[in-house]
Amino acid sequence: MKFKLTLWKAIFIVIMVLGLYSSYVRYFHGLGAATNMTDQFPWGLWIGFDCLCGVMLAAGGFCMVGAVYLFNVERLHAVVRPAVLTAFLGYLLFIVGLLFDLGRPWFIWHQMIYMNPHSVMFEVGFCVMTYTTVLFFEFLPNVFEALKWTTPIKWIKKIYPVLIVAGILLSTLHQSSLGSLYLIMPSKLHPFWYSPALPFFFFASAVAVGLAMTIFESTQSAKAFGRQLELPVLVTLGGALLIALWVNVLLRFEDFFHRGLLRQVFTPSYEAYFLWLELILTFVIPITMLSFKKVRLSPQWLYLASIFTVLGFITNRLNIALIGFETYVGHHYMPKWTEFSITLMIIAMGFALFGLAVRYLPIFETETGHKLEQPEHIRVRTGVLSHAGD
Amino acid sequence: MSKAILYDATMCIGCKQCEGACAQQNKLPYDDAVAAESVQSAHKYTVVLAKNDKFMRRLCMHCEKPACASVCPVGAFHKTKEGPVLYDVWKCIGCRYCMVSCVFGQPKYEWQSLNPRVRKCIMCPDRVVAGKQTACAEICPTGATKFGERDDLINEAKDRIRQNPSNYKPRIYGLNEVGGTSVFIIAAADVEDYGYPASAKIGDTPMPEYTGRVMERIPDFIPLWTLVLGGIYWVSHRRDEVAAAEAQAKNGSGR
Repeated sequence: MKFKLTLWKAIFIVIMVLGLYSSYVRYFHGLGAATNMTDQFPWGLWIGFDCLCGVMLAAGGFCMVGAVYLFNVERLHAVVRPAVLTAFLGYLLFIVGLLFDLGRPWFIWHQMIYMNPHSVMFEVGFCVMTYTTVLFFEFLPNVFEALKWTTPIKWIKKIYPVLIVAGILLSTLHQSSLGSLYLIMPSKLHPFWYSPALPFFFFASAVAVGLAMTIFESTQSAKAFGRQLELPVLVTLGGALLIALWVNVLLRFEDFFHRGLLRQVFTPSYEAYFLWLELILTFVIPITMLSFKKVRLSPQWLYLASIFTVLGFITNRLNIALIGFETYVGHHYMPKWTEFSITLMIIAMGFALFGLAVRYLPIFETETGHKLEQPEHIRVRTGVLSHAGD
Repeated sequence: MSKAILYDATMCIGCKQCEGACAQQNKLPYDDAVAAESVQSAHKYTVVLAKNDKFMRRLCMHCEKPACASVCPVGAFHKTKEGPVLYDVWKCIGCRYCMVSCVFGQPKYEWQSLNPRVRKCIMCPDRVVAGKQTACAEICPTGATKFGERDDLINEAKDRIRQNPSNYKPRIYGLNEVGGTSVFIIAAADVEDYGYPASAKIGDTPMPEYTGRVMERIPDFIPLWTLVLGGIYWVSHRRDEVAAAEAQAKNGSGR
């Protein structure tokens, strides 16, 4: 295949080259050289984004599997495969991110033999490990179909109920437990973000982001691969997203109210500015948008609302992981460029792998079983998504 | 049974011999440059601070219910019955959850190392088990740092405050903080002025309880949630089966 350099491909290559250099710095000169983490700020961007946000962004998998296979919402069937793919890639990349952040990644397997059942981190690690295995099996039929192996597909179909229930159980556990990680820091994390209800917030926001990411990725890939999107699918997801956002906003309000923080929330301060940004992006903009029927019925508007939701909850988790500790520590933490570079590399890898999978596996196979041909002009515009296939 | 350290800041003369003895015991470099450093780090487990001609020592508090031991996913930390909170470098995977969870900010990291370890005061466990004092207590020329039985030291601290109430703030820092520690501090100044977290802020609740309240529900949650999810699956698919069967029956009778 002829290689054609497009803007997106060029950006992808730059990101990968810088990322590889940063990886070299990380593994050959240590965490001190590659990051701005210190004894006062031992968790930085990699925990805040790659781990907390990464797992949240991959929540679409269990949301869609739950909707379609557990609650039998048949009309969402078309988005299950891309959602499971996103989740599977998301968790793999989360593990890649962890290998950068852990000080002794070569001992990551100790998790399986030196178990400490009192540790939230152990529970998260164990669930992520088993859930990635479940996702692998949920993803496997794609590969078997592409290879036209029918027998193993039948085997997987047989254990599907177990996979579905196990997947949702494990997701419930570790999505909420990511929030429980912070329960042990009441004197360090700013009261805006420290709450005994953190596990509930993390689970509720994972569901909202799962829905938003499914809207985002199906619209994005529809654009990139010139597919027609089924409007009823998006409309259903948009309606569900609106409900999920309301649940989130009510939980947050209740929490602020019960802890007597409402006045402080509206008083300008360093933390309040970041809180406002988060609340505007997560709640004010998307809820206002989705309240209009015109928005709920338009793929473009839904796409935009889902982007705001995703950005909002990313802000939320970065506030918890980074901004919320600055007052306690007494100074700001700004990630080093190498930290950004590795995070960007991991994101770019996600896009590239998604593009590869969509190209070679029946992720977006139409119900009748034949793949849609991609017109040339659309393929050129696909950017990072399609680069890896070339 | 359990051992502890009592640090009486009013007796401290700021000679920093405890710093040197600690470095020697733990095979760490110690010279004038290290002595001048006023923060704890991976190469300085204890530090003597000076403020307004008064001194204060900082070291790991060796909590009775340590947060570091409860949060570590691989159980690299554990509280011994003798008192010290120990670290097993072989188990450690380097997640640094111990560092973010410690209210006293004691675990430090070897950021420059390619195979980094968590470093902190481990209360000279070899010496303690052998029935000796910690290196810092042994070298202290004034007895400001005193090693002994935990219960005895609590009584002694109370006595000292009672006998000289004008010399001390009426509190033993570490007695109740985060459920009690194995290092006690009595002083004329507020320990908070030297970077210790305020008692009111950290409270008397042992830190592991904050996550324990959630973690202890999980063994019940797993079977319950599995049943609920399995039930939903069964009901929603049963509905399909019934609908299919009914449709078939209808077709059959209509013919």
